[in-house]
Amino acid sequence: MITAERKPLEEIIEFVKPFRRLLLVGCNECVTVCAAGGRKEVGLLASALQLKFMKQGHAIDIKEMTLERQCDPEYVEELAPIIDQADAILSMACGCGVQEMARRYKNLPVFPALNTKFMGASERQGVWAERCQGCGDCLLGLTGGICPIARCSKRLLNGPCGGSTNGKCEISPDVDCVWQLIWDRLKSLGLESRYEDIMPAKNWQTSRGGGPRKIIREDLAE
Amino acid sequence: MNQFEPVIVAFCCHYCAYTAADMAGSQRLSYPPNVKIVRVPCSGKVDAIHILKAFEKGADGVYVAGCLEGDCHFKNGNTKASRRVAYVKKMLEEIGIDAGRLEMFYMSAGMGERFSQVARDMTQRIRELGPNLTTKAAVEGTHKAVA
Repeated sequence: MITAERKPLEEIIEFVKPFRRLLLVGCNECVTVCAAGGRKEVGLLASALQLKFMKQGHAIDIKEMTLERQCDPEYVEELAPIIDQADAILSMACGCGVQEMARRYKNLPVFPALNTKFMGASERQGVWAERCQGCGDCLLGLTGGICPIARCSKRLLNGPCGGSTNGKCEISPDVDCVWQLIWDRLKSLGLESRYEDIMPAKNWQTSRGGGPRKIIREDLAE
Repeated sequence: MNQFEPVIVAFCCHYCAYTAADMAGSQRLSYPPNVKIVRVPCSGKVDAIHILKAFEKGADGVYVAGCLEGDCHFKNGNTKASRRVAYVKKMLEEIGIDAGRLEMFYMSAGMGERFSQVARDMTQRIRELGPNLTTKAAVEGTHKAVA
């Protein structure tokens, strides 16, 4: 999922302090899973903002809504009937959702309540780690299902660097050396021979390096 | 000028803290009437939003009372509650509310004296911190004192 974390309250207050009527919108997908912008977090932020503003002497009107997703126009449209009741939108979705809100509701300022971080998976409850960088040309079949693009600090494609120590990366003892993980996995699969297949220099044009990307499905797009 | 009498909400778990409160009653131990008890099945039921809403609606102080560490009736509800209380304390600092207004306490069902001591201590702590000025009532100048 796309992971995110709530911005410091101070920063959010700076965005919204000129406004008296806020629409606080959450998202029921990725940011719910990483406990950053779902229905619960919308309630918490609304309460925290209310307390902060009342401390400064005036209550504000905060409407709380959680959409199924903010990255699909059909769901964003659900806010149209109540949009006149707000002076500003504070979105608790990832960057994709914030931009969709801004695109649809052009007359209202839209602010992000979260810092969108990375595409990742849950390691255990409450812990999420980066797994995918969207390089556009997936090589997981060659590395036993472990990604060196996302998980190697240097994005090396042909084995570890000299900094790999006891299975850890030299940048931090908390970071696994992904090439150690890949080797261990290939061994357990009986595919050690695959390790010596050289991966040529990656064509990064399919990645963000080739510019902003788009997918068009001819069979689905009208 | 009336002396400020704080309003304190105590989320008490049914199996330990609430029973301790009951024990205090049976032993005729007095504790301040400022403490309003909300009985929950386990302190782990208490979520961050319950605490923040209590402050929003006029509480000057809040505490969560659960079983002794290692003795939670539901195994680890009290550790969950403790982590959530720590999380909300950080939020309170961000909002500008003194984190001392929120606390986590542990006690067993037989500790009537401890329950009343905690109630007295919290009431005194909140009395010293003063009224919570972030409530609608405070903003509108109608902050009520407890008789």
